Amino acid sequence: MTTPVTTAPAGSAAGRSGSPGSAPRLRTPRHRHTPGRPRRSVLLTVLTGLVLLYSLVPLVWLVIATTKSQEGLARSFGLWFDSDFALWNNIGETFTYDDGVFVRWLLNTVLYVVVGAGGATLLAVLGGYALAKFDFPGRRAVFAVIIGAVAVPGTALAVPTFLMFSKMHLTDTPWAVVIPSLISPFGLYLMWVFATEAVPAELLEAARIDGAGELRTFFQVALPLLAPGIVTVLLFTTVATWNNYFLPLIMLKDPDWYPLTLGLKSWNAQAETVGGEAVFHLVVTGSLITILPLIAAFLLLQKYWRSGLAAGSVKE
Amino acid sequence: MTTQATPAAAGPRPAPPPARRNRRSWTGWGFIGPFGAVFALVFMAPIAYSLYLSLFRDRMIGGNTFVGLDNFEKVLQDDAFWSSLGRVSLFLCVQVPVMLGLALLVALALDSGRLYGRDFFRISIFLPYAVPAVVATLMWGFMYGTRFGLVGDINDALGVSLPDPLSPDLLLAAIGNIVTWEFIGYNMLIFYSALRVIPHSLYEAAEIDGAGQFRVVTAIKLPAIRGALVIATIFSVIGSFQLFNEPSILQNLAPNAITSDYTPNLYTYSLSFNAQQHNYSATVAIVMGLITMVIAYVVQLRGMRKGA
Repeated sequence: MTTPVTTAPAGSAAGRSGSPGSAPRLRTPRHRHTPGRPRRSVLLTVLTGLVLLYSLVPLVWLVIATTKSQEGLARSFGLWFDSDFALWNNIGETFTYDDGVFVRWLLNTVLYVVVGAGGATLLAVLGGYALAKFDFPGRRAVFAVIIGAVAVPGTALAVPTFLMFSKMHLTDTPWAVVIPSLISPFGLYLMWVFATEAVPAELLEAARIDGAGELRTFFQVALPLLAPGIVTVLLFTTVATWNNYFLPLIMLKDPDWYPLTLGLKSWNAQAETVGGEAVFHLVVTGSLITILPLIAAFLLLQKYWRSGLAAGSVKE
Repeated sequence: MTTQATPAAAGPRPAPPPARRNRRSWTGWGFIGPFGAVFALVFMAPIAYSLYLSLFRDRMIGGNTFVGLDNFEKVLQDDAFWSSLGRVSLFLCVQVPVMLGLALLVALALDSGRLYGRDFFRISIFLPYAVPAVVATLMWGFMYGTRFGLVGDINDALGVSLPDPLSPDLLLAAIGNIVTWEFIGYNMLIFYSALRVIPHSLYEAAEIDGAGQFRVVTAIKLPAIRGALVIATIFSVIGSFQLFNEPSILQNLAPNAITSDYTPNLYTYSLSFNAQQHNYSATVAIVMGLITMVIAYVVQLRGMRKGA
């Protein structure tokens, strides 16, 4: 949070496991914990396994629950299958229930993520690059304001933002969800830290001497070097937007503009309303469909966000 | 044919080192400008607007009138506000240490290199972070059920009667469990990333000095990741004070236990959207924001100072 201290670059994150103990040592057999290659411990693995179980059991429950009909949910043991395998039926019903409103919510969510998280990433990349590589009047003030903003509780802003947007007739439109999603102070911070490390000033200077304009320098020289940081910020803003609940809750009244999170909540609440039909099997199946894309993204892009995060955590 | 006097040579200092980043220019604003503009719209303007709102009151008779700091005075005497603040403070004091402690232990275990299947552990424990709070809460809400949920299943199978996690006494713990589940992996990753960049040479030096694993953790690893610990604590403090999603969604399942002023955020929400008291709601939000910032600041000061 204070001024950055230059430390090891991102690459060194992976360096440790790879580097073997320096010179061969004569006493090696007696060394129980050589830093480079410690002995594996069953006990430690089991203990950490408890946390692993804690993390995975609810997800296993969810996967199993999606294979059950509503009656099956009620009558069978939570962590095992019911005699009646209803997965395909549930998926079909989720997408077609209430004239396919789930598809509408899914598309809304995609819209908010592409424009909101995409925009937030773009702004954070440009801004982080500016903070890291340019010395401009007011730079320190910008920095101070943004660091201060990180500490402002996001929800404290929600009510006044809602009132402002309602004066501007933006509530109940996609803009009301997209515009506030465009700012990610954490993303800016991460990009600033990342750009400081990843883009050598000499390279930019060389590009300028060669006559490249600022935009061209940015796109052709800096952007490729920033890629792991960009993927990281994109993933985290995507999670924030995909999972957003509070903002759409206050901004949107019309179910046609709901994202998945609000939609699922309304399906779940449906059972409580008078004359409402309980659709818990659809809530469960919809939940699984909601989380699958993000889990897939995190698994597939591991390599990138790990190095991006490593750089970001170095200096605070 | 004398040597040309370059302007630089005439300066008070010999030519400045060219490495000095960039010449000071407005170019940087071109890059940060878009962020700045949107930031002004969605951060600065609402803050200014809520400060303005907090100074007025909407009355049935007389309309919108300037009341100075009356709203703030009202907050200070508002029992509903203080009890909600007390509730999230209790939550903060119990849930955050448990969550960060577990996250730290897992991060240290991963970093020790003594686990079988380290990468599997890391990604699996992180996965709940990708689950939206809504889905996490719905899921746990189902599992908490004493009739159809896992708790009910366990009761049936073992012939015991576990207490209802959604009863008023246990509700806060039930919410704490959901939040812990969601964020252990995220915090673990922050700690782990910080641990990975500790220079290897420190461990070698410690080994030569005959330091044990425990000593390496307390003398090298923990001090080295202090920054990450402070950041994670600040984020968790902010998160606790902002608690909203989980109680708001559990309201369907525990309507009697979760009142409209269960947390400060639920309180501002219901003031605004159910009671239409926008001015008062804005005031509560400002007070909450100030308290959060003060605590975040104190955490940062204390965390950074300790033995630094």
